[in-house]
Amino acid sequence: MTTDVLGTSVKRVEDQRLITGKGRYLDDISMPGMTHLAILRSPYANANIKSIDTSAAKTMPGVVAVFVGADIPYNPLPMAWPAGGSAGIQNNINMPRTLATDSVKWTGEGVAAVVAETPEQANDALEAIRVEWEKLPTVVDVEKAIADGAPQLHENAPNNIVFEWNVGDKAGTDAAIDGAEVVVRQRIVNQRLIPNPMETRGDIGWYNPGTDEYTVWMSSQTPHIQRLLLTAFVTGIPEHKVRTISPDIGGAFGTKIFCYADMALCMFASKAIGGRPVKWVETRRENYQSTIHGRDHVTYLEIAGTKDGEVTGLRVKTLANLGGRLSTIGPGIPTTLYARVLSGCYKIPNVYAEVTGVYTNTTFVDAYRGAGRPEATYVIERAMDLFADEIGMDPAAVRRKNFIESDKFPYENPSGLGTASGGAKIYIDSGDYEPALNKALTTSGYYEMGKAKAEAKKRGKLLGVGLSTYIEVCGVAPSKWIGAVGEGWGAAMWESSNIRVHLTGKVVVTMGTQPQGQGHETTYAQIISHELGIPMEDIVIQHSDTQGTPFGYGSYGSRTASVGGTAAVLAAGKVREKARRYAAHMLEASVDDIEVDGANYQVKGSPDKVKTFQEISFAIGLGFSLPEGMEPYLDETVYHDTPNCTWPFGTHVAIVEIDEETGRTELVRYVAVDDVGNKINPMIVDGQLHGGIVQGVGQALWEGAIYGEDGQLQSGTMLDYALPRASWLPMLELDETVTPSPVNPLGVKGVGEAGAIASTAAVANAVVDALSPLGIRHLDMPYTAQTVWRAIQSAKGGQA
Amino acid sequence: MAEHITITVNGVDRSLDVEPRRLLVQAIRDDLGLTGTHIGCDTSQCGACTVHVDGMAVKSCSMLAVQADGRSVTTIEAMNAGGKLHPIQAAFWEKHGLQCGFCTPGMIMAAADLLARDDDPSDDEIRHAIEGNICRCTGYQNIVLAIREAAAVMRAGSSAPAAPAAKA
Repeated sequence: MTTDVLGTSVKRVEDQRLITGKGRYLDDISMPGMTHLAILRSPYANANIKSIDTSAAKTMPGVVAVFVGADIPYNPLPMAWPAGGSAGIQNNINMPRTLATDSVKWTGEGVAAVVAETPEQANDALEAIRVEWEKLPTVVDVEKAIADGAPQLHENAPNNIVFEWNVGDKAGTDAAIDGAEVVVRQRIVNQRLIPNPMETRGDIGWYNPGTDEYTVWMSSQTPHIQRLLLTAFVTGIPEHKVRTISPDIGGAFGTKIFCYADMALCMFASKAIGGRPVKWVETRRENYQSTIHGRDHVTYLEIAGTKDGEVTGLRVKTLANLGGRLSTIGPGIPTTLYARVLSGCYKIPNVYAEVTGVYTNTTFVDAYRGAGRPEATYVIERAMDLFADEIGMDPAAVRRKNFIESDKFPYENPSGLGTASGGAKIYIDSGDYEPALNKALTTSGYYEMGKAKAEAKKRGKLLGVGLSTYIEVCGVAPSKWIGAVGEGWGAAMWESSNIRVHLTGKVVVTMGTQPQGQGHETTYAQIISHELGIPMEDIVIQHSDTQGTPFGYGSYGSRTASVGGTAAVLAAGKVREKARRYAAHMLEASVDDIEVDGANYQVKGSPDKVKTFQEISFAIGLGFSLPEGMEPYLDETVYHDTPNCTWPFGTHVAIVEIDEETGRTELVRYVAVDDVGNKINPMIVDGQLHGGIVQGVGQALWEGAIYGEDGQLQSGTMLDYALPRASWLPMLELDETVTPSPVNPLGVKGVGEAGAIASTAAVANAVVDALSPLGIRHLDMPYTAQTVWRAIQSAKGGQA
Repeated sequence: MAEHITITVNGVDRSLDVEPRRLLVQAIRDDLGLTGTHIGCDTSQCGACTVHVDGMAVKSCSMLAVQADGRSVTTIEAMNAGGKLHPIQAAFWEKHGLQCGFCTPGMIMAAADLLARDDDPSDDEIRHAIEGNICRCTGYQNIVLAIREAAAVMRAGSSAPAAPAAKA
């Protein structure tokens, strides 16, 4: 019998190649005749292009071709998710072109490209291109951008407004706040982040003149979607003439979901130079300017309730910075994925949110790990602490009092997740919030913090403890909801799985999802091994290539396990059912009498009458003897649409110590109790949580993209942008509760984003708790020593 | 204006003609085809390109190829010479010390440098030793556990008696 590996921490099958230097990332691909492309990027954040002189560059050594925007007949990149979907909300859309033609709106927008024999020659030639610029005034801050007299970036966007969108019950919320015993108001900033996957992006475009077909290798989370967008929307090249391939991906965190100008540029360039492959690999400095950023909200929150801790209303006004032009789904992030989950895990009866999307002279903003949900969690979890502080109640007790009770699921939340028209509602599928809270409070020693604070004070340290009782919506998403009026992007969100069973019983599973480090080749193999009763060694998981995999929407939104995994379960079920029917034929028995035990298909009550999966595969594959109407082979394909999203939750507790003299903040303990439903591979789940938590901690303590007033990115390199380092972190303490999701047969929820969604708020609440003896009730992130020291000095009446 | 250099790479002398401005990492990846060494930044911050030069961990983006003339370079590809995983590689696998794998070769080379100097580092010492190597996936937790595990295995291996010959 094959050991059942589902739910166990089997070691990853991907790792052999990755630990031996045999991974194959985009930049590792080399082809005969390959050329190299470099992009001239705007040095100004707002400027008109008067002229571009490429004549000198064209004569440089090794240069094959030089292109400007006017050479390229493609459409602008597509906007796939306007705010409000198709509900008629005005969206003033401005999308990037393959290369800018008339103007640039942020430093780093591409204006010309050189193709040369070597990367060095291409970069040398960039310096010989002369652009005549008309510099224009800039604005980088959302509040300044919508103010009177601000520089206007686009003719179709008065006051730099992309959209004005709202959700929830305005009148009810206004009344709840007007009549409340207690109201707390606070302006909070969720600063801009640079996502920083360790591998930057890149593409190789290859046009084959012999077949009139294109192959595009791309470091992308969504090769199928990119083929669709690049063909049907950007280039006009027929979809069946293009093949897209994602090789090994060196991290993505959302940044590689989108349609980028360089993809189209490499396709265009390869054809223009007669069919030699054209490779572009982003430098890290380019990555900081030409790949999307995350977050960047300014929010005014009002939370209302009773003096004994019941929250009765939440009103939120958010300005979301979307950059100089829009990224593929930029407007969808601060609307559906943010404001619709603002009430978190609480039964707040009245919720209303207004969101304004704003253009500024900055890099475009789109989905970064968590995408809207970390911003929402930050708002509600800071709000709960502010409210608790105002009424003098323990933050844990306030949370407990307002939790949605475990018998209320499925739960329709008042931020409007269930309000999409067309009958397509989604609900919070399941939850049981108190056990996770209780575990986290016990493990962290939450109720003994008074003693710890006093002890720390003796050492000159301010100790603080912070909670984040988060939920997230993931496992995106039912297509009928995504396609409903007022929601989602112009696509569906089902997922696919194709299983091919070779004559020898070896199995190839091709998936429409796209890993970036999560270990799909392991976890899908665990699922298929469990379903078919065959060893993992007999299974290979393939993905990432539009030639040979069924269309799929890719991996993001913590959807792969719940939506892709279910597709794999169902496809295996179809294979098993066909094998059962064929076993009946082989054993001359009725189908109803065939029992399946692992890989054995046997006649009920006759254990000697048995065929193995391998014997069945061989016989049905040869097809010498087939029942009437049965086709050879066991191959099956499933396209699975999920009936609902999934809702992980948990409680995270951060404990920080702040040096009162220097303002230096240290994360000393971190306890996370997460409920992600059942786990396919607990080791991989823990790894996802570790990484997510540290990215969220990074936002709270160190990270922040800084623009000068002139639109120059001052945090423009890894020297200037503080990514978490090993020596700045404690060992994280993880624990779990398990509430299986009823949405899918695996009972899984999704874990790719949970850590990042929860941890920022926990650390922020801990820092404010540490500073609260000084009368500080809020401080904006990141909590660098300078920021914290200034807050301490200011609170003490110093001259900071 | 190419310079002729010879570098001993993973034990084999390799002669190259390189531009003076060519970085060692470019020579390793593009001229020698050893793509296990990665490039993650352009400011010598990320450590993805870490190799050993004369036995010491070096970020190969911070050194010119001509500076490696006559010296010995070891890359990730040599760590499992003979087809057997190095204990550090095995520990990264065992402890889930990698996700996307992009930082992993550099991280393993940095760990090897540490363990050559200190066969029993504390967690703090491990964390400081890999401070020049950025990982965005793992939060470093399982990397620290992997290096701790590798150190234990290597200590046990070096003090154990020689393995008996296989029985016929």
